[in-house]
Amino acid sequence: MVTETLLEAELHRLAGSVPDPELPVLTLDELGVLRGVRVHGPDKVTVQLTPTYTGCPAIEAMSADIERVLHEHGVAEVSVVTVLAPAWSTDDISDEGRRKLAEFGIAPPRHSGGPGGPVPLTLSVRCPHCGSTDTELLSRFSSTACKALRRCVDCREPFDHFKEL
Amino acid sequence: MSAALALGDDALVLSHRLGEWAGHAPVLEEEVALANIALDLLGQARMLLSFVGDEDELAFLREERSFRNLQLVEQPNGDFAHTIARQLYFSVYQHLLYERLAAGEGEFADLAAKAVKEVAYHRDHAEQWVLRLGDGTAESHERMQRGLDGLWRFTGELFEPVEGVDVDWQALRDGWLAAVTSVVERATLTPPSGPQSGAWAAGAGRQGLHTEPFGKMLAEMQHLHRSHPGASW
Repeated sequence: MVTETLLEAELHRLAGSVPDPELPVLTLDELGVLRGVRVHGPDKVTVQLTPTYTGCPAIEAMSADIERVLHEHGVAEVSVVTVLAPAWSTDDISDEGRRKLAEFGIAPPRHSGGPGGPVPLTLSVRCPHCGSTDTELLSRFSSTACKALRRCVDCREPFDHFKEL
Repeated sequence: MSAALALGDDALVLSHRLGEWAGHAPVLEEEVALANIALDLLGQARMLLSFVGDEDELAFLREERSFRNLQLVEQPNGDFAHTIARQLYFSVYQHLLYERLAAGEGEFADLAAKAVKEVAYHRDHAEQWVLRLGDGTAESHERMQRGLDGLWRFTGELFEPVEGVDVDWQALRDGWLAAVTSVVERATLTPPSGPQSGAWAAGAGRQGLHTEPFGKMLAEMQHLHRSHPGASW
């Protein structure tokens, strides 16, 4: 990856601070979907964004929000392009992002380790309400494409789990 | 182009069929699951069709004979077990196919690498339901078997080579058969043994020949766009 200039780093920070439209506790930077910012000339910027899921409808709202923030910062021409490779993974969510998810009541994804890495341990999913590790899967699909629905066996509360991708 | 059209049409048509379950699924969790799977497929379809041209024109303004999807994905939903049988046959196929495409260097490698992770969940969903229905009550067992048997004759077409898709089709077929047989047997069901296609059906969907229910599905899918050209929300 080409090193960003100071201006690009500044614009990256701005674009990255935009909250996710469906999980507003997370910024796009913490979600790990912002892939790069390029300045092509005076007032002309390209932002690379990667979707979490191919059909994720939030990507259009993300693009519009990034454009708005950069326009407000004085950039006249902003184009947001979608990049697919390398594919987004829940491993791209930052540690701070994971902490915020748990605080928000969504169990964060476990680390997948990635291809070729060490074989990951299958750790249980911790209940974000009472902290118990005794939880069960209710459905692999939940309120959005990126979440699964689980229930805590101890406190009986259902909760969303950001499933590993 | 024919490859993007074939794979894109598979995803688009199955997405529409799964969307028909909205408001009719047996439990709320399934309502959400089927809609989520449909959404993943729609996302894949949009990207694949965009390789070919304008996604809306391709989805809403083509005639039946111009679609290149498998006949399997256009089959009506039937009961829930019938839909799950279709999901099993297709998601195992799509998972194995996309794994191979993701490992290659072709035009679709990036998309396949992304989509294969989504499809792994679709496959898991289908397999869990086949196990649960097959090894469930006498009624669910019988219906699951009926769904698997009824759709079997559309599975031969899955392995008709698609121009521009560079994979070992025989190996794909062997892998698919082993995976499907394993799940079906674990579910205490009987793997269908009839022919996987008749001479009349082999590769027909890929050539633009479709079954009767497809025209009706298209009429519903395309009606709004054709009646109100250029309309937007």
